[in-house]
Amino acid sequence: MKRTVPLLITGIVGTVLIVSVLIPPAQSLGEDFSLFFDIIAVFAFFLGGGNLFRIHLKKVFHRKEDYGFSIVTLVGFLVTLTIGLFKIGNPEGISGSITAAGSGLQTIFVSIITPLSSTMYALLAFYVASASYRAFRAKNREATILLVSAFVILLGRTPLGMMLTGWIPEQFSIFQIPNLAVWIMNSANLAGQRSILIGVGLGVVAMSLRLILGMDRTYLGSDK
Amino acid sequence: MRKSTMIVTLVVVLLFIASWIFKTMTAPEVDSTFDALTQGFLVTFAAFLTLAIMSFLYQDNPFYKFAEHLYVGVSAAYAMTLGFWSTLVGNLFPRVSETLCGWFQVEFSGQHDWQFLIPPILGILLLMRLSPKGGWISRWALAFIVGTTAGLNLPRFLRSDFIEQISGTFLPLLVDWEGFGHFFSNLSLSASGQFVAILSNFVIVSGVICGLIYFFFSKEHKGAFGSASRYGIWILMITFGASFGYTVMGRISLLVGRLTFLMDDWLGIISG
Repeated sequence: MKRTVPLLITGIVGTVLIVSVLIPPAQSLGEDFSLFFDIIAVFAFFLGGGNLFRIHLKKVFHRKEDYGFSIVTLVGFLVTLTIGLFKIGNPEGISGSITAAGSGLQTIFVSIITPLSSTMYALLAFYVASASYRAFRAKNREATILLVSAFVILLGRTPLGMMLTGWIPEQFSIFQIPNLAVWIMNSANLAGQRSILIGVGLGVVAMSLRLILGMDRTYLGSDK
Repeated sequence: MRKSTMIVTLVVVLLFIASWIFKTMTAPEVDSTFDALTQGFLVTFAAFLTLAIMSFLYQDNPFYKFAEHLYVGVSAAYAMTLGFWSTLVGNLFPRVSETLCGWFQVEFSGQHDWQFLIPPILGILLLMRLSPKGGWISRWALAFIVGTTAGLNLPRFLRSDFIEQISGTFLPLLVDWEGFGHFFSNLSLSASGQFVAILSNFVIVSGVICGLIYFFFSKEHKGAFGSASRYGIWILMITFGASFGYTVMGRISLLVGRLTFLMDDWLGIISG
């Protein structure tokens, strides 16, 4: 029951979905199963949220180090959940869209989630810059190619690229940095992306077959 | 709490209140005082959160931790509520229950699709993971998720990442070819010229083949095979460089967005 049933479920569901691609009347099965997947994913969100709540509540109860920040997490979680589930502030009430302009959840998204997520990602610009300074020193030929390629793409996407090389005549316009950046993106970059994608495609096919055939059972964990 | 931390916190709180009052007084197009207060608070709070995250550049500090913990709590609940309303209420309830549709004021599909009772049952089994003794039963739901992912991804990736990519690589090496005379008489390094188009296709075809050769480890990379593999590495390095450049540009534009918010929406120093 603990291992055989999950293996059977994986095998049957996977096989049915692959076969459904080959049989036109059964193709809607793929759409239905995608929806099944989305519905189960919502329960996974509930599981994740529940677990987060439990862990931080425990931290507050036991007065562990920095438990004050756990209170911030709990308050943020409960307030957002209440506003979202009851559609508080929604202009059209319960029947309106959850992300309608002016709704409570939309306000939370604009005033809290957007500043936090975009600043968090923007912060990476500084760390990427400092890491690349150390990593991309032109120590060998490969590192130099990477450095030049990155430099051309960066310059090509800014007005500086055109300012520096705009004087190059039309006959040699491939050497204008913006054109060179476009050329790199559409040729060498495309070739590299394709060879990686082909490898990824083969990897996904192999991994999917291993899962469906029950050769890979790591997702079941141990029985301990 | 250390004395210096208390002083900094006090200063931040005072600045927050001052900013709130100022933004409330200067709030444009509002109907009531409450709206002005809310708008002022939201802009100030968003600016505070932006600066709190940026303060990590100096070092880890309580303001950053506050923003970080708030982010975790709010985004978890946001994902939960969005999933509840858009997937459960939007896609599941109209297929299984007229009563639930009435409660949540959504339109019933007209017929009961009983097979749609399977995913909520599996979802409940997934929640059993929180139970100390019955946790093993959540594997059934997990197995369904894994099976669905494998079954959907196998044909999808085989088509998009394998067959489509190979078929897209079969490009004509002689683009717009009308003979050597025409080619040499129009030879130029113009970005839209024939030579550059031919060079592009040559780089794509040879780059994909040599890139794949680099990933082929069953044969030693020596001689002609080794040279092809080395060319493959160069192509891959160009790809990584381009991806890096793009990522940095993306991050910089996000940073510009946040700075514009601080300077325009919050401080009003520049006009957007």
